[in-house]
Amino acid sequence: MTLQTYSYLDGNAAAGELSRIFAMDITAAKGQCANCGAKRHFAEAHLYMQCPGLVARCVVCDHVLLRVVDAGQRMVLDMRGMRYLAVEMSQSQESSVAV
Amino acid sequence: MWRVGTVVALHDETATARTITLSLPDWQGHVAGQHVDVRLTAPDGYSAVRSYSIASAANSEKQIEITVERLPNGEVSPYLTQELAVGDQVELRGPIGRWFVWRTDQREPIQLIAGGSGIVPLMAMIRSRVATRSTPAFRLLYSVRAPEAIFYRDDLQTLASEDSSVVVNYAYTRTVPKDWPRLPGRIDKDLILSATWPPSVSATFYICGPTGFVESVADLLNTGGNRRENIRTERFGPTGERK
Repeated sequence: MTLQTYSYLDGNAAAGELSRIFAMDITAAKGQCANCGAKRHFAEAHLYMQCPGLVARCVVCDHVLLRVVDAGQRMVLDMRGMRYLAVEMSQSQESSVAV
Repeated sequence: MWRVGTVVALHDETATARTITLSLPDWQGHVAGQHVDVRLTAPDGYSAVRSYSIASAANSEKQIEITVERLPNGEVSPYLTQELAVGDQVELRGPIGRWFVWRTDQREPIQLIAGGSGIVPLMAMIRSRVATRSTPAFRLLYSVRAPEAIFYRDDLQTLASEDSSVVVNYAYTRTVPKDWPRLPGRIDKDLILSATWPPSVSATFYICGPTGFVESVADLLNTGGNRRENIRTERFGPTGERK
C-alpha cells in the first residue's frame, strides 16, 4: 500500500479563524452541500489552506462549501456552496468543561 | 480573543518532539480532543498561526500541555521545540473544536487510532478517561515509525499495566523492537481485525494523523463494515503544521 500525497486538512482546522466571525464554534454544526445535498458536520469538510484564504469543500462531491479570506481590516466570507448550516444551541452554553 | 500563556515546563518526548506546559490564568477548561491556535509575531510585525492539539486532560491548575513535532522546514515548530524557554510567553486562541472530542459522559467503547504525532489529542482522551474515572473500555492502535518515536511512552505503559480496560497496541512502520512478532508495515486489514473493536460493538472511532494515514485507515474501517457515523477523523499536514 502506498500513501499518496494529500493537500487538504479538515474543517476542524478552520475553526480558529472562523471564531473571529461566528459567535460559536461551528465544527459540530451540520451543513448541507448546495451541489449534492450531502449533510455533514462542518468538521468533516476537506479544507484547503494553501490559497490566500481558506476553502472548505464537500467531502462527498468536492464542491466548494465555504471560502473565507482575511483582507486585513475586513474578513470576507462566502457561503454560497452551503444550503444551510444547522447549529445545536445546547452546545453553545457549554463553552468548556472544567474538572 | 488571543490570550497569553506562560511556559512553565518543557519535556522532550522524542528527538524531534517537545511537550510544552503553559499556564493560563483565565483558562476555563477544555474537552479532550480540542486544539489551540498558537500565534508567533516577529519584531517586524509578521505573524504566523499554527494549530496544536491539547495533550492534557482538563485540570484545576489552569494549565494545558501541547506537544509539538519539529518539521524540518517549519516556520513555527523549530522555534517552539528548540528556542522557547520556561518563563517565555506565547499568544494562543482556544480551546477550539466541538466535533473531534470525547466527552466523559460517553458510554460506548472507544477506539483510538493514531498515526505519528496524531497521538496528541487521543492522549488527552485517555488522560480524561483516567482523570474522571470514566468506565468505557478504550483501545488505542498507535502507528509509529520506530520505538524511539513513541510519545508519552511511560504514561502509556503505566496506564496499560494498571488499567485493563485501556488496551494499547503498536504498529511500527519502519523499525520494530527486538523479537516483535510483526514485520514493519502500515496498518492493514489484518491489524484492524486483530487490534480494533469489531463493528458489532458499535464503538466510536477517533482517527488522527497525516491526511494519507487518516484516509487509508478510514477506508479500511468502512470496508470492514463500520458505520461512517461512528468514525471521527482529524487530519493534519505540513500546511497547517498541526500538532
